Amino acid sequence: MDGGGGGGGVGEELTAQETALYDRQIRVWGVDAQRRLSKSHVLVSGMTGSTVEFCKNIVLAGVGSLTLMDDRPVTENAIQANFLIPPDETKWEEGSIAKLCCDSLKEFNPMVYVSVEKGKGENALQSFKLCLRNQTERSDPSSFEEEFFDKFDAVVVSCCSLATKKEINNKCRRRPKRIAFYTVDCRGSCGEIFADLQNYAYVQEVIALPWRNLPRKVAKLYFAMRVIENFEESAGRKPGEISHSDLPNVLALQKQVCEAQSFNDSFIPASLLERLLMAGTEEYPPVCAILGGILGQEVIKGLSGKGDPFKNFFFFDTTDGKGVIEDITPATPPN
Amino acid sequence: MASERQMRAPKGAKVLMVGAGGIGCELLKTLALSGFDDIHVIDMDTIEVSNLNRQFLFRQSHVGQSKAKVARDAVLRFRPHINITSYHANVKDTKFNVDFFKQFKVVLNGLDNLDARRHVNRLCLAAEVPLIESGTTGFLGQVTVHVKGKTECYECQPKPTPKTYPVCTITSTPSKFVHCIVWAKELLFAKLFGNKDQDNDLNVRSTNSDSSVQPIEDVFERKSDEDCEQYVRKIYDHVFGYNIEVALANEETWKNRNKPRPIHIKDVLPQKLCEQNGNLEDRRVDSSMVSAMSSLGLKNPQEIWSLRDNTRVFLESLMLFIDKREKDVGNLVFDKDDQLAVEFVTAAANIRASSFGIPLHSLFEAKGMAGNIVHAVATTNAIIAGLIVIEAIKVLQNDSCNYRMTYCVEHPLRKMLLMPVEPFEPNKSCYVCSETPLLLEVDIHKSRLKDFVEKIVKRKLGMNCPLIMHGSNLIYEEGDDLEDDIAANYASNVEKLLAELPSPITSGTMLTVEDLQQELSCNINVKHREDFDEEKEPDRMVLSGWSPTSSKKDVEVTTNGGSTAPEATSNDKHANDIEVARAESGDSVGNKRKLSEISVQTPPQANDGITSKEMPAEVLENDDEDDVVMLDGGWQIGKKKKLT
Ligand SMILES: [Zn+2]
Repeated sequence: MDGGGGGGGVGEELTAQETALYDRQIRVWGVDAQRRLSKSHVLVSGMTGSTVEFCKNIVLAGVGSLTLMDDRPVTENAIQANFLIPPDETKWEEGSIAKLCCDSLKEFNPMVYVSVEKGKGENALQSFKLCLRNQTERSDPSSFEEEFFDKFDAVVVSCCSLATKKEINNKCRRRPKRIAFYTVDCRGSCGEIFADLQNYAYVQEVIALPWRNLPRKVAKLYFAMRVIENFEESAGRKPGEISHSDLPNVLALQKQVCEAQSFNDSFIPASLLERLLMAGTEEYPPVCAILGGILGQEVIKGLSGKGDPFKNFFFFDTTDGKGVIEDITPATPPN
Repeated sequence: MASERQMRAPKGAKVLMVGAGGIGCELLKTLALSGFDDIHVIDMDTIEVSNLNRQFLFRQSHVGQSKAKVARDAVLRFRPHINITSYHANVKDTKFNVDFFKQFKVVLNGLDNLDARRHVNRLCLAAEVPLIESGTTGFLGQVTVHVKGKTECYECQPKPTPKTYPVCTITSTPSKFVHCIVWAKELLFAKLFGNKDQDNDLNVRSTNSDSSVQPIEDVFERKSDEDCEQYVRKIYDHVFGYNIEVALANEETWKNRNKPRPIHIKDVLPQKLCEQNGNLEDRRVDSSMVSAMSSLGLKNPQEIWSLRDNTRVFLESLMLFIDKREKDVGNLVFDKDDQLAVEFVTAAANIRASSFGIPLHSLFEAKGMAGNIVHAVATTNAIIAGLIVIEAIKVLQNDSCNYRMTYCVEHPLRKMLLMPVEPFEPNKSCYVCSETPLLLEVDIHKSRLKDFVEKIVKRKLGMNCPLIMHGSNLIYEEGDDLEDDIAANYASNVEKLLAELPSPITSGTMLTVEDLQQELSCNINVKHREDFDEEKEPDRMVLSGWSPTSSKKDVEVTTNGGSTAPEATSNDKHANDIEVARAESGDSVGNKRKLSEISVQTPPQANDGITSKEMPAEVLENDDEDDVVMLDGGWQIGKKKKLT
């Protein structure tokens, strides 16, 4: 992966070709930021509508390399918000979602090295066949040794369980180099981004925070996402493997969680939980575009050292149209 | 799944996209993914290399092809069963008339210039089709919804026109690098390589005893036996040495200013280029490839050249124009994609800047200023396209109470990066969407009908194909199908002074101006006036009566005692102009809102996004939390700080 694709990482000055291609964005963030960007390596696990948008954005921007992980086979549902894979079933057998996305992304910018990382311990074919049998099961980088993450400057995960998020986040954190960690999830018309640039909070620290210690007026979506996540984990569901019929159980869980936190259970609007349940695995494409755009900007800021990355959650809900930043860290004093 | 499914676009809704560039590519993709299945796309442009970093539907191999067509083909690859109709054409073309617009449920703009935006606004009003307008610059962007009778139209708020500079600032007293760029591009470049018949202020206003100025035109004429390098050195001495000395003679000018320093070629470069550098004869033959930088071995466009290097580039680029681009000389207009022209303008601007003690700039920066290049990134376009689709679906569902205009900001504002605001009501004094008459102050004995047509009707009112009536008399009309005698009559009218037309215009005359394509008609009351400020009112015509809805008072309230008009004096780097355009009250939640806004103006030639757009005032300030105060209703209003 090192030095792959001749991604401008070698010389100190950008080539004439790079200057011509990146002219308009160099006018936004400068040559130095562009140079740092072109020497950065990004890992994306889980090819969802939001991560596909994100990948498009950072490949166009000219990161050094992009590594994709998602061993799932292509299904109609898996590409509902994916513009990288044509709806041609004969092509779907050629490889995993990551492989087909990779083939398409490579064309976006010949100066960026895009590759696929397979799940650990299995060769490609085995892995792929395993997935074919087990439709949505997929390997994720949580099973890799910590050293694996040293290759990357930023790791983005989508559509995986809370446990997996925690594990990957912890592995990134334990490395001597700074590896920025992000999660992005779109549930229907709602979306969430979490960022850990190793200077504030781990996923697990954040999740463990008592609600009363959070800043006032935190977006309701934050709490609703935690309840849904909690439900999926306790019911043994995969992300998004939920439906409207789960509503009674989710409302019961919400009541239980709110009581434990000494909050009134009307605190989280039932209608919001209902919307998230009904969304299931569906991703609303305009929301994917927004999440992929915001996350792209954040990762570019983090990698290029230009601009202030946000701290540490972003929420978008189509219903009110707000794109909100929430600072949810253990350091936050009550109120 | 009902509520989520509802957000899918109704099948079969025919929508029109105008523009297949930065926003357009993202928009076409997101529309297709969101279930839109009958999309029409108009774009007159072809693909360029500098588009490829964000217009992701295009590849290197598509350079030179129609954006609309390539975008269509690319989207059909991942959504083959939808209908996309592409038009490689100008939206101002007469075939896109009101009837054409009427077939659409909503029109989505992803345009790059004010002219086309105003044109589409008028057609949408005439066809009564909702319009969703958008724009981006760097990390900033906005989406607005315009529905006739319900929300303001695109032109309800006057748009800042492109920045112009007083002539004497450019010719005599530059204080910023951009003034030097304008001088190099509009005066020197035009003088040397443009049409010889054009007016040119390069040598004017040197002294107050102007009768003593000798005709020095001959300096620019190369004598038949004159050595080329000798000639270009003479030009150098004339414009950077002699002209500055002449200006210095006028002591009054320099009383409160730093005096410029004349620069002579013998002091900077005593030796001729051909004596220092033998390989100069090895210039490329292909005229499109000639470059002073490459023949001088300068490689880095980001580097700021010394005065000496700028001088070498100046001489070399001028000689290359004479030697290798002989055919072009005499009819060139500055083009940002003409490498040699950019090199010449950069060098000339830097030498002048050096003379006036203004910091020098790299070719990259100079090119941005001279070419009015917009700053653009893929991410903002993607976000804006997502927001357009969300609004488009509301429009299709007629969900008018939930229409929002949304600002995309770089630094969180009241915790928000995406900030929805309720749309404003129509401006009752808007000449485009209401029938309010305008007032024109003009010297009817000095202005010609031609001036009125060009400077007011076309430039200010944005009409494309105008018709002018005085009472029931038609005094002017444009179109291809006019009878010869009528066309001759109009041709004679345009040359006449307003007071001398067959039906003379006097103070108190009401004119009706119409554009049949835009189906826009407005009345103009004429008032005779003789005195005009040469610098501020160079057209000698002032059009008014089209006022913003808000009062200045709001600005003062919301800015909390700070400057009400923060002028971006040192924003040259981005070549944008920032000014307070209006203050509005309104909130996306309740009725109470206080939101001071400024306008970020980008040049009309800009690539992606916008000609003018309004952004929340705080956007461009440093994100200093201490400066944010809480007002009633929980709205945080930042104090204005100097935008430096
Ligand atoms: Zn209007």
